[in-house]
Amino acid sequence: MSISPEQLLDNSMLHPEVLAGEDAYGIYRNGHRLDHAEGASKPLRSRPEPQPRGAKVHGNRPVNQAEAAGRFIAAPEHEKMHDERLWDLRQKRDREMHHIPEWEELRALASAIKEHTLTHLDEYLDQFETRARANGIHVHWARDAAEHNRIVHGILSDHGAKSLIKSKSMLTEECGFRAYMASVGIEVVETDLGERIQQLDKEDPSHVVVPAVHKLRTDVANVFANTIGTDPDNSDVHYLAEAQREATRPLILAADAGMTGGNFVVAETGTFVVCTNEGNADLSANVPKLHIASIGIEKIIPRLEHLAVLVRLLSRSALGSPMTQYTSHFRGPRAGGEMHVVLVDNGRSERLGLEEFWTSLKCIRCGACMNTCPVYRRSGGLSYGATYSGPIGLIIDPTFNARKYSNLPFASSLNGSCTNVCPVKINIHEQIYAWRRELVKRHDVPLVKKAAMKAAGELLSRPIAYRAAIASADVALAHLPRFVIYNGLNAWGKHREVPHPPKQTFHSWYKANRGGKQ
Amino acid sequence: MTSRDDILASIQANLPQVDRPLPVVPLFDNNAPASLLSTFKPSLERMGGIFLDPPDSGDPLAPVRAKIASAKIVCSMVPEIAGNRDIAGVGAPQDLADVDLAIVRASFAVAETGSVLLTETDLSINALAYLAQHLIVLLDPADIAVNLHHAYRRPEFRDRHYASFHTGPSATADIEGVLIHGAQGVRSLSVLPIARTP
Ligand code: SF4
Repeated sequence: MSISPEQLLDNSMLHPEVLAGEDAYGIYRNGHRLDHAEGASKPLRSRPEPQPRGAKVHGNRPVNQAEAAGRFIAAPEHEKMHDERLWDLRQKRDREMHHIPEWEELRALASAIKEHTLTHLDEYLDQFETRARANGIHVHWARDAAEHNRIVHGILSDHGAKSLIKSKSMLTEECGFRAYMASVGIEVVETDLGERIQQLDKEDPSHVVVPAVHKLRTDVANVFANTIGTDPDNSDVHYLAEAQREATRPLILAADAGMTGGNFVVAETGTFVVCTNEGNADLSANVPKLHIASIGIEKIIPRLEHLAVLVRLLSRSALGSPMTQYTSHFRGPRAGGEMHVVLVDNGRSERLGLEEFWTSLKCIRCGACMNTCPVYRRSGGLSYGATYSGPIGLIIDPTFNARKYSNLPFASSLNGSCTNVCPVKINIHEQIYAWRRELVKRHDVPLVKKAAMKAAGELLSRPIAYRAAIASADVALAHLPRFVIYNGLNAWGKHREVPHPPKQTFHSWYKANRGGKQ
Repeated sequence: MTSRDDILASIQANLPQVDRPLPVVPLFDNNAPASLLSTFKPSLERMGGIFLDPPDSGDPLAPVRAKIASAKIVCSMVPEIAGNRDIAGVGAPQDLADVDLAIVRASFAVAETGSVLLTETDLSINALAYLAQHLIVLLDPADIAVNLHHAYRRPEFRDRHYASFHTGPSATADIEGVLIHGAQGVRSLSVLPIARTP
């Protein structure tokens, strides 16, 4: 059954902003245009163009990111929208950063809190488990993806649950959770709009925060027309979002169980925290009787006072908004309800032992490194063919499978922008480079790439030379990205032009403006 | 070995041998504004919330009554105003799906971010704040914390099972970055400053 725009507009409880018509893309309050949670400052009106699909994944064979990126770039409307939208998020993040005088202090605190916790991870997990149990939460431990899926299936079977509403969680993507649930006959409904679009289109999320960011509105109109019966010729964003709300709500009301992830876990109180803009985690947790939360063991922090630091950084870094619309704290089941937490390792404890890579576990999945990455912005998250894409993905993915993801650490210009925006101060570009060295040692890298990275390595191993090489805008692009990207050895350089050079590098700005005070 | 012991043993075997002391977190309140309410208001509006200015004289709840007038089913959790759906008679959260307007009182608010905190005590049935089409929140101006550092010292995070900061209405920009209010949860959130009735 198709829902016509007239039917939707007939709804007397519809928000006036929806009724305002075709050109009301902006929302205004007291004369100010609102842009919280928004991804673009101006409406984008796209011409229809077939949606480029992601990397072709064949078992354990190395994913060819460059090939998929080439196809994305060959779709100019998609590439332009993607690039502009993510760059807009990056700029909003900068605006927020300048609003907070203690920004750099917060980043340093966040990094220190996470490093302390990771070096005492066993103690804090134990403390969390004790407190959570005392509050009435059932706590489970899963060594890997398969065990996670089995545990959740077990809980659902115990309750005779056949349908599950869930909010977005990268961990469950990592576990192949939806495919497993389909195989045991349990219906999973994603409740985040972007994630639901991806689920209906049978694609993975392409970004950790905005999962359908690579799609144009016309792509969404196609997906919805084929799945929930919207008008195929109507790609009005308000109409599409409203149609999804109306289509998903009955599924939410009828679900047997709800699932969320967790952005932070507080050891001292046995609390886990979920941050969303749509309130979909709160629906998943509060409508059905049973609530299951799947959480990676690295999400833990010691105390509530540390939560303040991380919450202040998360949404500002992600979307350039001061806070997510909903920041929800779960410390125990609600009256008459039941709550389960599944703590998942899936390679994390082993990563802790990798001297060069353990600090990647500090990641709070804000996506800022992706939004700023020129390679990511031009190639789309699905080109990486992995759960985690963008700069942080280049570090994490090879820890899951060094052969399959052996090309990924080369999908970077090593410009260091990711490191500069990371709210928990992970030295991302240095770790990407460390992976290249590591892969060469393991002979997992094709010869052409070895030559390209030998040259990069000489420069990167000497910070002073590196900075000298990128000291001015001309040199910055003539030198580093040109020789990394256009040396003819790197497949990544074949399809693309480099982005506009900055007027001044971060380091020269820093030296001029902040150099004196440390 | 159980998975728990396995995981903890693996962590212990892999713990980085570096000393990382736990930092002390300051309260960052040196520049606290004189009026928290006048900081809260623009923060809330920036996030898409509606600040209901109380009338200078007459009925302080007039802005709420004006909103109720166009709603069919109203569920009120506050003694100041009556609804027509008694929450005590609601059996399951799903029964709140037809509520047009819910009225609740916030435990407290945060000036920095424009957030209001709602807990299971404020909501009675948590889903009320997500299934209703529109939400009105009463806030005592005395209950505003300057920033999140102060907020997390409040007792609600230690003695409630559920506590959620609402910073404006449900929102999304998942399709081409176009901002939409009312993604899955409430389509609007309005806040009326009014002291608690003792
Ligand atoms: S690595 Fe840093 S910037 Fe990237 S997602 Fe993680 S926390 Fe955010």
